[in-house]
Amino acid sequence: MKKIMLGNAAVARGAYEAGVTVVASYPGTPSTEITENIVKYDEIYAEWSPNEKVAGEVAIGASIGGARAMSCMKHVGLNVMADPVFTASYTGVSGGLVFCVADDPGMHSSQNEQDSRHYAKAAKLLMLEPSDSKECKEFTKLAFKISEDFDTPVILRLSTRVSHSQGLVEENERENYELKDYQKNSAKYVMMPGNAIKRHVVVEERTKKEIEFAETTDLNNIEINSDKIGVITSGISYMYAKEALGNRVSYLKLGMVYPLPEKLLKDFCEKHEKVYVIEELDPFIEEHCKAIGLDVIGKEKFTMLGEYTPALIKKAIFNEEPDEFATIDEQIPARPPVMCAGCPHRATFYVLKKLGLVVSGDIGCYTLGAAAPLSSVDSTICMGASVSAALGMAKARGNEFNKKLVSVIGDSTFIHSGITGLIDIVYNKGNNTVIILDNSITGMTGHQDNPTTGYTIRKEPTKQVDLVLLAKAVGIERVVVADPFDLKNFEKVVKEETEADEPSVIIAQRPCALLKTVKYTGHCKIGSECRNCKMCMKLGCPAISVKDGGVIIDETQCNGCGLCINVCPFGAIHKED
Amino acid sequence: MTKNIMIVGVGGQGTLLASRILGNTVAGEGYDVKLSEVHGMSQRGGSVVTYVKYGDEVYSPIIGQGEADIILAFEILEAYRAMPYLKKDGVMIANSQKIDPMPVITGAMKYPEDIEKKISSKINLVEVDALSLAEKAGNIKSVNVVLIGVMAKNTDIPYEKWIETIKKTVPEKFLDANLKAFDYGYNI
Repeated sequence: MKKIMLGNAAVARGAYEAGVTVVASYPGTPSTEITENIVKYDEIYAEWSPNEKVAGEVAIGASIGGARAMSCMKHVGLNVMADPVFTASYTGVSGGLVFCVADDPGMHSSQNEQDSRHYAKAAKLLMLEPSDSKECKEFTKLAFKISEDFDTPVILRLSTRVSHSQGLVEENERENYELKDYQKNSAKYVMMPGNAIKRHVVVEERTKKEIEFAETTDLNNIEINSDKIGVITSGISYMYAKEALGNRVSYLKLGMVYPLPEKLLKDFCEKHEKVYVIEELDPFIEEHCKAIGLDVIGKEKFTMLGEYTPALIKKAIFNEEPDEFATIDEQIPARPPVMCAGCPHRATFYVLKKLGLVVSGDIGCYTLGAAAPLSSVDSTICMGASVSAALGMAKARGNEFNKKLVSVIGDSTFIHSGITGLIDIVYNKGNNTVIILDNSITGMTGHQDNPTTGYTIRKEPTKQVDLVLLAKAVGIERVVVADPFDLKNFEKVVKEETEADEPSVIIAQRPCALLKTVKYTGHCKIGSECRNCKMCMKLGCPAISVKDGGVIIDETQCNGCGLCINVCPFGAIHKED
Repeated sequence: MTKNIMIVGVGGQGTLLASRILGNTVAGEGYDVKLSEVHGMSQRGGSVVTYVKYGDEVYSPIIGQGEADIILAFEILEAYRAMPYLKKDGVMIANSQKIDPMPVITGAMKYPEDIEKKISSKINLVEVDALSLAEKAGNIKSVNVVLIGVMAKNTDIPYEKWIETIKKTVPEKFLDANLKAFDYGYNI
């Protein structure tokens, strides 16, 4: 019986059926649910690692140890993991090894729109790209076999629409995969120059064999419907093209996007008068086609920006417009994501804005501190950059500027790559103030445990990283724990620490309002004492708004956190049951 | 022929559960089905859009402008925003609830007036006070199931099949209220 399954859940199912026993990942939209679904299978060891580099290395180690292993991440996570990936390409594998990377065309939940296919070419790794849930399961399973057949890690490339779409998937039995014998093989696994020089030769030979495989594998599929127009495509773009163009064109669907075939592409192009390459983001397949002398049409007709749609493809190829539809005749307000009612970060940013500080920001729910009305965050680059970039700013602009500068970083992000920046501050005599927003969970990706929560991915109790001890251990002497909801004290602490002539860490401690353990009760209500000063509106709480000139609190949205009570100068906000 | 259904609302309103009930029901009927949803940052009180498509064979998981047979809207501004996606002869089922978005809260923009009139002057709109019906059913959070009930009536899938899925999808302690909520919607 077929089951309706999320693309990410289907990847997990594929790994399970392939007999995988070790999965290590760091959460990141749109990849997170792969590893969350892995946890459903008791036969598999799963972990949230501190960051993607560690996760990748755990998976590589498991493969050297003879197991089938996997590591999953979002596109920018692959940047963090790139170091071991490039060298694992040289060592090859013992047990099958798969890296799943989920790109985010359209940037639904990301800071850039990078095309991870370039990594396959750069690291010389075979890459598969499924186009729906059914293929997610099949390709994942196959990826482990290919990994062992060619002695290479395999990258499975996903995108938001594949990861977060659901489709019908047939479940099969789990393969009884026997752990391979462990044999010391330093020529293969110790990558020092003498060995690596020889392994590079192996990698180049391997790529040639993979190209031969690309010419004949069923992963690359031809469907001839026309001798006029042919379409070369892969992944979700195939589904869009198929819906838009139906049987009016022929298709070469590439399930394996690196290395790419030559003869197969040439034969397909010869059979058609005009050939289009349809691929979201960069002209990866197109450039390969042009490099081997094929006259294809690609980015001349298709954008490098955002997601495609069937309508966009229909327009580009047949110049056909969609059916008529009703239009909106006025500007309507957008509904951007906001910090939830009760969010602890709201209090922190309220204070930082009030003090007029420059805020070096980071990646997480608290990136929303950049949005109006808090408008607090000045810069956000990547995981961990809040800490190190602030050191750079302070070194560039001097100590007086530094007294008006703070870094904000979440607990999980701090462990991921903020700690190294903090060590840099201590080592290189920075005076920065780093605020760790400790909300007891990895928030934005949907509540994953991390080394500071005291629980593993399977909710087993474990040692908890103590952020105070950690900061002190690297040499920070001023470490203060403060509750941001105690606005008065929090403001005092931030003032003191930014003014101090030595580095400091403030741990802003209050759990995420969405955690089941957080039990705010009742809701807040505006009383008759209200003088309409609208101080509470500065919080940007989704439950507080202005109706007919007066401020009201929406009971269905308010969770009774009480932050607005602390802000009101007239004591006009009261708690009701 | 593929049937295209769009579910729109505000993050946190329970649109994902609604799409799951819908997806599981149509899959149980032997159709090919694809759903597309957005997780992560877009969930934090932002606009949320889910596509559900079913038929003999479904390729793309997304729905374009002028392509939706049914739009199920959990909030009236989101209904308005989604209006261009409806087919000429499609039907929009919209909850009359209003939730201010941040640009309205900050005073940068106004919540549009008379949205219901503006929508119904252009397309076929069924407006539902799902919040009151959910309250009447005994659980204010069953707004999504009230709306599923209204929508179910607009499909070819028999009543019992919906009840079967709800029983499988909704936790035991909320089941009574949700079954009532479905009926209120179905019999509107």
